Amino acid sequence: MADHTAEHDAPLLFERSRPGRRGVKPPVVEGPDMSELLGEASLRAQPPRLPEVSELDLVRHFTQLAHRQFSIDGNVYPLGSCTMKYNPKVHEDAAALFTDLHPAQDPEGAQGMLELLWRLQGGLATVTGMDDVSLQPAAGAHGELTGILMIRAYHVARGEGDQRRVVIVPDAAHGTNPATAGMVGYRVVEVPTAADGEVDVAALKAALGPDTAAVMLTNPSTIGIFESRIREIADAAHAVGAQLYYDGANLNAIVGKARPGDMGFDVVHLNLHKTFTTPHGGGGPGTGPVGVKAHLAPYLPRPVIGRDGDRFYVDDERPESIGRMRSYFGNVGNLVRAYAYLRSLGADGLADVAEMAVLNANYLRVRMAEQGFASAYDRTCMHEFVAQPPEGLRTLDIAKALLDEGMHPMTVYFPLNVREAMMVEPTETESLEALDAYAATLGAILRRAQDDPAWLADAPTTTPVRRLDEVSAARHPILRWTPPSEPGAEAAD
Amino acid sequence: MDIPDTLRYARSHEWVSQPEDGVVTVGISAFAQDQLGDVVFVELPAVGDEVAAGDAVAVVESVKTASDIYAPLTGTITAVNDALENAPERINEAPYEDGWLFRLQVDDPAAREGLLDADAYRAVCEEEA
Amino acid sequence: MRYAPHTEEDVRRALDAIGAASVGELFADVPAELLDPELDLPEPMDEVALMDHLQALAARDDARSPSFLGGGVRRHFLPAVTRHLAMQSEFVTAYTPYQPEVSQGVLQATFEYQTIMSELTGLPVSNASMYDGASAVAEAALLAMRATRRDRIVVSRGVHPESREVLETYLHALDAEIVVVDLDDLATPVPGDLDGAAALIVQNPNHLGRLETMDALADAAHAAGALFVSVVDPLSLAILRTPGEVGADIAVGEGQPLGVPLQYGGPHFGFMVVTEALVRQLPGRLVGETRDVDGRRGFVLTLQAREQHIRRGKAKSNICSNHQLAALMATVNVAALGPHGLREMAEGTVRNAHALADRLEGEGYEVVRSGPFFAEFPMRVSRDPRALRRDLQRAGVRAGLPLPPEYGLGDAVLITATELTRPADVDALLAALRAVGERPEEVAHG
Repeated sequence: MADHTAEHDAPLLFERSRPGRRGVKPPVVEGPDMSELLGEASLRAQPPRLPEVSELDLVRHFTQLAHRQFSIDGNVYPLGSCTMKYNPKVHEDAAALFTDLHPAQDPEGAQGMLELLWRLQGGLATVTGMDDVSLQPAAGAHGELTGILMIRAYHVARGEGDQRRVVIVPDAAHGTNPATAGMVGYRVVEVPTAADGEVDVAALKAALGPDTAAVMLTNPSTIGIFESRIREIADAAHAVGAQLYYDGANLNAIVGKARPGDMGFDVVHLNLHKTFTTPHGGGGPGTGPVGVKAHLAPYLPRPVIGRDGDRFYVDDERPESIGRMRSYFGNVGNLVRAYAYLRSLGADGLADVAEMAVLNANYLRVRMAEQGFASAYDRTCMHEFVAQPPEGLRTLDIAKALLDEGMHPMTVYFPLNVREAMMVEPTETESLEALDAYAATLGAILRRAQDDPAWLADAPTTTPVRRLDEVSAARHPILRWTPPSEPGAEAAD
Repeated sequence: MDIPDTLRYARSHEWVSQPEDGVVTVGISAFAQDQLGDVVFVELPAVGDEVAAGDAVAVVESVKTASDIYAPLTGTITAVNDALENAPERINEAPYEDGWLFRLQVDDPAAREGLLDADAYRAVCEEEA
Repeated sequence: MRYAPHTEEDVRRALDAIGAASVGELFADVPAELLDPELDLPEPMDEVALMDHLQALAARDDARSPSFLGGGVRRHFLPAVTRHLAMQSEFVTAYTPYQPEVSQGVLQATFEYQTIMSELTGLPVSNASMYDGASAVAEAALLAMRATRRDRIVVSRGVHPESREVLETYLHALDAEIVVVDLDDLATPVPGDLDGAAALIVQNPNHLGRLETMDALADAAHAAGALFVSVVDPLSLAILRTPGEVGADIAVGEGQPLGVPLQYGGPHFGFMVVTEALVRQLPGRLVGETRDVDGRRGFVLTLQAREQHIRRGKAKSNICSNHQLAALMATVNVAALGPHGLREMAEGTVRNAHALADRLEGEGYEVVRSGPFFAEFPMRVSRDPRALRRDLQRAGVRAGLPLPPEYGLGDAVLITATELTRPADVDALLAALRAVGERPEEVAHG
């Protein structure tokens, strides 16, 4: 293997560092030494070995890193269940208006902020058909945990806490669903997906019983199919005293057109970083507000924003609340962005989002099928669909070939119950030409792969790095840079 | 696919050696390691753990998956293969020798006869492949 | 409409290709009674109306007056270059780096973040960030419970009250026992009973701003077979003794002071850094270094088998996302300031906080001091702290973070300073205190 220790295409900050270089200087405050004010014993023995770079070097570094990063602003990013829609720039201007408020400020000094949050609470309740909302959870998974904790509190309050220990989820469910149930000490029972892509209702009903705490569903399902028997499922769950939880990951298919509250769900979480286009940021922060029907409202995390006439206040007096899920009010910076989106679109705009999302998904489904990538479920889909490559070809290789074309692959190998799964969600913000190009590129890859299988296995060849050794990374993890003089530093191969 | 006759097998792909003084050695089969791909990490039980047949007692991880390993028989863990911590690839390279996972003091040695023999296990593998 | 580009022509073309007569047909699986509900939402706004509306809201907020608020998040110097670099659209509109070949930007920046947090805390392995300091404390407790197979958590009252609330919320469902250790003279005494504890959790500086002596506490935890969890202020680690030096197993905390705007409480980020022995138990994402097929260095998400998308019900945590963009901003900021700038900011904070305490004492106010402190300190007051905070807000100063009764200080508030605190700000605080009738003689008799 070549020795690349001396120079890398993309040096680390620590490798650009030169002793004595400085970037930006903070205001300097003169005064007594730290040993005098804090005592020598409180101080660290050695300073941290942090990078010393000039401001221009810093700018070059992070600009060059940005150039090695795929983004929605760059090209199509049709990851299934991620809803990679355009993040409007005006939302950045919106968020900038509220960056300097301290969360512990007196409410009188934050009335505009509190009004915005209160209105967002109400708007999200309306959109989902629920009675009350908490904006606190920091992510979808965090919202799930919040929802399951509230369901648990509900059962405990009714004296059924010990009896109800089981959560039912479809086998196609996102991994966070069973992981959340596990964090609360619940046992998970998985029910299969039927051949038509909907959950197997008979199996679900058979699994329901007096020990069921909750059923967690998303609608449409992970596969992009609407659970047409949802009212029946809701009735069956309620009949045994269980609660019905809605995972809002796929809300983009029905936002403005149908509401989980009307379907019978008791708790809902939204992924504002999906449906309400708050930026994904390379993996976060997200935002996962929860909505509840009135019978669960007492258990909402505290605090909630309240209104009394024209005064907005922080409602901390909630004796039956499950407590706090995190500090302060939530990921407010992103809540402002979501609010701006809500006010920009209104009811008609949101319905249009769902309609165009579903239109685009079906259009791409048909185009991809024409190119040899058949849909795993032969029916109209909603905002996303699952396709498969022809027999003998691996989704992994096709994904890597797409990278060479400057496009981003769809979600691969999920859901787990479909062989060589390709889960595709174009979203409503893509044009038909962009979708045509995506499908055509897939077709071209297919044809070339049939002539030259070795080429496919070799892809990608034009990206900043090629296929990476993930086995080695897991067997012998290197999780930080180490100064060259130390053990653990990079060794020449 | 290598399926030694001297061993017994569980449907969940664990192999069990002949007992020596009531202690058996347990690992995963060549078929299982092939399905998993390159093993990157193994989570082993603690020596002294009392386990029942069917309990999930270990985890074998590859880059994209993590598989539970189940105790094939009821007993007490007497040893674990510590070498796997730095060399998990032994499970891929020598699943029946250096890639062994743990040793078990079996409560009822006769129960081993209830496990699959090599032929029966071969049939299971063909079914799953 | 607004962001969807489709013209009528586009819609027709798409429907033809699909073989549907109308968009409505695509929703045929949705029961009619559920479809197209009446949504009581305000009419949509164009961009001009939207910004007018938001500016009108913002105009009712005080984002400008001198601030003496802290409690884990503070206003520090945040250079323009930090915000501009972190908010490049490639970082903002990227997804989780599951396709590493085209995600080296985010992956490398995360590797740099992990290295920075390791250097600051003196522990070897950092994850890629978590939601906030409070939930990181809760996740540390869960980690300790998994690693020790015990279910008792001993936590100092000096840990931020909101973090302790989150800890309770997370652990409540698991039948775990939480024991709170009262402060003695504003600092944590070595707890008497650590039997069967999975972890001892102590915050330094604690919620009252005071520095804690961590070594003895770490030793006591280890003697009882428990892990020692150190909740720390990352900026203070530019100068203070590190969790690694005191023998901590886990370091967690709120990352905001390293360079994320206040934003009324979030998004910020939590950090978690652990010893080598605990790597496999670490929740959240991890980025590792490796080589590609040509031998080029590159970075990948690694040890993913711990996480929810693989382990599902048996994952270490249900955590899926990290607070990537916030952690990135902090990474850029630490590099912008460098070790000297970070130290100067920390020193400036300590000097201004001590000078402020001296000045308030000089004016006759009852500052509660029993030892060294970093950025903040308690001060006794003559009225309900929430009422005082409101009165000070009306008098043009943001000050008076209420301290809860559990600290036994009576009516008291937390006063905070940073390197940005100017003499004019301090004058404004004193003037405001007098203006609202919070005079020293009032406090003495209060």
